Amino acid sequence: MGFAYFPHTPDDIRSMLERIGVATIDDLYADVPDDVIFHGDYDLPEALSEEEVRRFFAAIDKKNQPLTVMVGAGAYDHYAPSVIQSIISRSEFLTAYTPYQPEISQGTLRYIFEFQSMIATLTGMECCNASMYDGATSAAEAMMMSIAATRKKSRVLISSTLLPQVRRVVETYAKWHGVKLSVIKHCDGNTDLAHLESLLEGDDVAGVLVPSINRFGIIEDLSGFADAVHSRKALLMVYADPSALAVVRTPGEWGADVTCGDAQPLGIPLSYGGPYVGFLACRKEYVRKLPGRIVGATTDVDGKRAFVLTLQAREQHIRREKANSNICSNQSLMALYVTIYLSLMGKQGLKDVCDLSYGAAHYLHDRLLETGLFADVFDRPFLKEFVLKSDIPTEKLQKALLDGGFFAALQTEEGYVSFCATERRTIEEIDRMVDLIKCIK
Amino acid sequence: MKYYDKLIFELSRQGRVGYTLPRNNWEKSADEIPAMLCRSVEAELPQVSELDVVRHYTNLSNMNFGVDTGFYPLGSCTMKYNPKINEEIAAMACFRDIHPLQPDCSVQGVLEVYDGLCRSLEAITGMAKFTLNPFAGAHGELTGLMVIRRYHELRGDDKRTKVIVPDSAHGTNPASAAVCGLNVVEVKSTADGCIDIDALRPLLDDTVAGIMMTNPNTLGLFETRIREIADMVHACGGLLYYDGANFNPLLGKVRPGDMGFDVLHLNLHKTFSTPHGGGGPGSGPVGVAKHLANCLPDMRVEHGDDGMLHCVSHPDATGQISGFMGNFGVILRAYAYILMLGKENIKLAGRLATLNANYVKESLKDCYKLPIEKVCKHEFVFDGLADKSTGVTTLDVAKRLLDYGFHAPTIYFPLLFHQAIMIEPTETESKETIDAFIEVMQRIAGEAIEMPDELHTAPHTTPVRRLDETTAAKHPVITYAELRLCNQPT
Amino acid sequence: MAKTIEGLFYSESHEWIKVEGEYGYIGISDHAQEAMGNIVYVDMPEEDDEVAQGEDFGAVESVKAASDLISPVSGTVVEVNEALGDTPELLNQNAYDNWIIKVKISNPAELDNLMDATAYEEYCKNEQH
Repeated sequence: MGFAYFPHTPDDIRSMLERIGVATIDDLYADVPDDVIFHGDYDLPEALSEEEVRRFFAAIDKKNQPLTVMVGAGAYDHYAPSVIQSIISRSEFLTAYTPYQPEISQGTLRYIFEFQSMIATLTGMECCNASMYDGATSAAEAMMMSIAATRKKSRVLISSTLLPQVRRVVETYAKWHGVKLSVIKHCDGNTDLAHLESLLEGDDVAGVLVPSINRFGIIEDLSGFADAVHSRKALLMVYADPSALAVVRTPGEWGADVTCGDAQPLGIPLSYGGPYVGFLACRKEYVRKLPGRIVGATTDVDGKRAFVLTLQAREQHIRREKANSNICSNQSLMALYVTIYLSLMGKQGLKDVCDLSYGAAHYLHDRLLETGLFADVFDRPFLKEFVLKSDIPTEKLQKALLDGGFFAALQTEEGYVSFCATERRTIEEIDRMVDLIKCIK
Repeated sequence: MKYYDKLIFELSRQGRVGYTLPRNNWEKSADEIPAMLCRSVEAELPQVSELDVVRHYTNLSNMNFGVDTGFYPLGSCTMKYNPKINEEIAAMACFRDIHPLQPDCSVQGVLEVYDGLCRSLEAITGMAKFTLNPFAGAHGELTGLMVIRRYHELRGDDKRTKVIVPDSAHGTNPASAAVCGLNVVEVKSTADGCIDIDALRPLLDDTVAGIMMTNPNTLGLFETRIREIADMVHACGGLLYYDGANFNPLLGKVRPGDMGFDVLHLNLHKTFSTPHGGGGPGSGPVGVAKHLANCLPDMRVEHGDDGMLHCVSHPDATGQISGFMGNFGVILRAYAYILMLGKENIKLAGRLATLNANYVKESLKDCYKLPIEKVCKHEFVFDGLADKSTGVTTLDVAKRLLDYGFHAPTIYFPLLFHQAIMIEPTETESKETIDAFIEVMQRIAGEAIEMPDELHTAPHTTPVRRLDETTAAKHPVITYAELRLCNQPT
Repeated sequence: MAKTIEGLFYSESHEWIKVEGEYGYIGISDHAQEAMGNIVYVDMPEEDDEVAQGEDFGAVESVKAASDLISPVSGTVVEVNEALGDTPELLNQNAYDNWIIKVKISNPAELDNLMDATAYEEYCKNEQH
């Protein structure tokens, strides 16, 4: 009985074995000691047909509860133009490997070049790599990059206002990589410059990582940060939401040397956390310390414009244990995803997204305050996400909303509740949610 | 394939748009944000119509070669067919709209998929427990090494800072070890490409955290003395790490857990048929033996007493290595693949991959130099042409293959041979396809003698030909802004 | 056949040093540049950095290879060859005219650990086999 993915007929197998000069396929494993060969029966179900696989996943899907999302915390429910899925499904993009043969990979190489260019202009940086796994690991790579770029320094400072999952991943990498971490306090919801300056006094600091928009949703004021950090010959690194950078001041304008983050807010579906796409951008002087793949422009022997993986001597397949990073596969197809998104939206579309999200989030914020059940924690500008205080126990609040079909009111480590609204949220959805909250006894 | 020279920026026209958004009826707008917190220079993004975008990227795709285009015998990359049903399942709307921080009770379906794939991988590899959080093979390696370090740390053994890596290993192995803060000690291979056990023995002491092995190794050869190596490493208190990049020939035949490995990673985008996507997203699940189960990274999926699945952390965990729970879309595809294969077909996958590789090897060993005459597994390595008298290199052969409509094999790796050509046909290729490849490889060997110049300048028929990589690396131009500056007349 | 120059000292990692009083000019040998191919980048230390015999002080890169620069002596960097920043190919054009760093030598006795031109030629010949 044949199988759709294996084209071998019995005749094929017979004639192939003949040329090899063995009697059975298992003879090709004669060198494998018998005690490591698995003779048992795999604990797996029997093969399913496509129709059965569809039914299997449709049944599983029923166990997920569809919810209207009003939480951000590092994953944002933005609109995805229909064009994107259609293009990234093209098999020429989908089923290609890393573009190691540039002559037949110009499609991949060109979109990566476009991705690098778009992220660079959005962040105000001069260089960008071909992508990282996600935002949290891009922050960890930024940390290691600062250690590699500065000589004989071993400490990195991270802000307490970074997203919790970003801090946890940076902590894990720091622990095993041998980097000392110190956490900068915040003052009224903004990373505390005075505390940062005191931590810099040890002169062992390689880099300082702060968010552009933080886990309270606050657009941080980074005035004076670059001067303080650069006076100690350290790198200023900013964790940014590229969607917001159509409007908010860029890391480049704040004087940052490195920008990292997750490009998921650029229309990538929530997908339970992945695949997303991290990015890492920097000033030109640090390009040779930038980890991962980088595409550069060049020409072919006939003088045609062409693109190629470049600066490969930085990478693991050449420098092995001396490489600054071990990254090899990245999230290339998702880089194509956001490149198409940014092409469609352009600078005006991205600004419109910010405006709509701002309008929705501030409407939600004001309606929640009107209920008298919530109070502001900070009085600082926010874009699409904010935190409030409430006397209603968060668990009770979240449960009531869940029963009404909403995912909202995520609890922060301080016990505040966090909300988010993007351009996908309508006034009806927000009103309905606020009404649900008003009914909580 | 057809050359197309535009960048999306070059299609841009002031005022053109490619999007639709709902009418803005909100009272407040982002204009309220204080000016000092706003960007002052506009981003240089293209302004193009929807059709501009569709045509542009369709034209770009026409310069690309994928598995669906043709045979892709790229060694160590396992470019097998990526079934379409996997794409259909991954695109199901229900999975796409789930926020990663949703309460467990609202995502039981998602957690069932995660748990189901973990169980399947446990059955296939003989390991006790998996995490699906790592995003790629190299990320899995790093995670696995963090698990090993955590295990030694929990036992209070802080001397183990050394990791042994064979000289034939993938570059990611030593790089992952260095990122993990371990010192890399290289162990030599014997003439037949396997680990030199006599060279290994003196390296084993109480500073060894573990050894990283690829089996079959990067020459496609099975390390037959694996049990002996496992016993030696375990005797000195070290652990065995299995680089699953080469797991495909063992799929359905040998379980790494039975070979004595304590930790492994798999590449779902190699062995489990998920598409490479031009370099990702992949997925690098890590499996461990029972004594390391608690050291896996946070978060993990566990069965609760309430009959539900839960996303939990553990105090012994090595830490958190991903923002959320990995590349869930890739996890869905791999799970669909395993369900399609089932317990009966999975036993054929590895065997047919090995059959295909040996068939190519035996058919070409007269024209290409086969340095090690042995049965291979899913891949094997030639050391260039058998007759090198005309100066035709491995690079020339690889580029010439493109003219004939095949992707090139992996070249100049492993580093053990100067002219390495590493070929991996995978099990999804038919005898006809492979015979056509063999015929072309034989023809190229003939051309190398008769018309070497044609090969030195190959390829001739591709959208672009050989590139000036030296200038690209000497004066890197990596954004459109830089490219425009270069093109301005000075 | 790669060139050597009399009067220089050579290391096993293919660097040379030309001694002038208490200073030394350090570069890579003709053999090394040949092995690298087209050099596209030289990673250099900064002035006042300390270097130690046998330890790396930078790297040279070609398109598909990278090689650490190992200092043949201990000392302090007093000058780096800025010209290599823009034109790293100078190392391919003439490996001996183009030094990479100038150091103030802290321990002249270390020079005894290095090879002269004849010994280095012999060393290269053996290394190839």
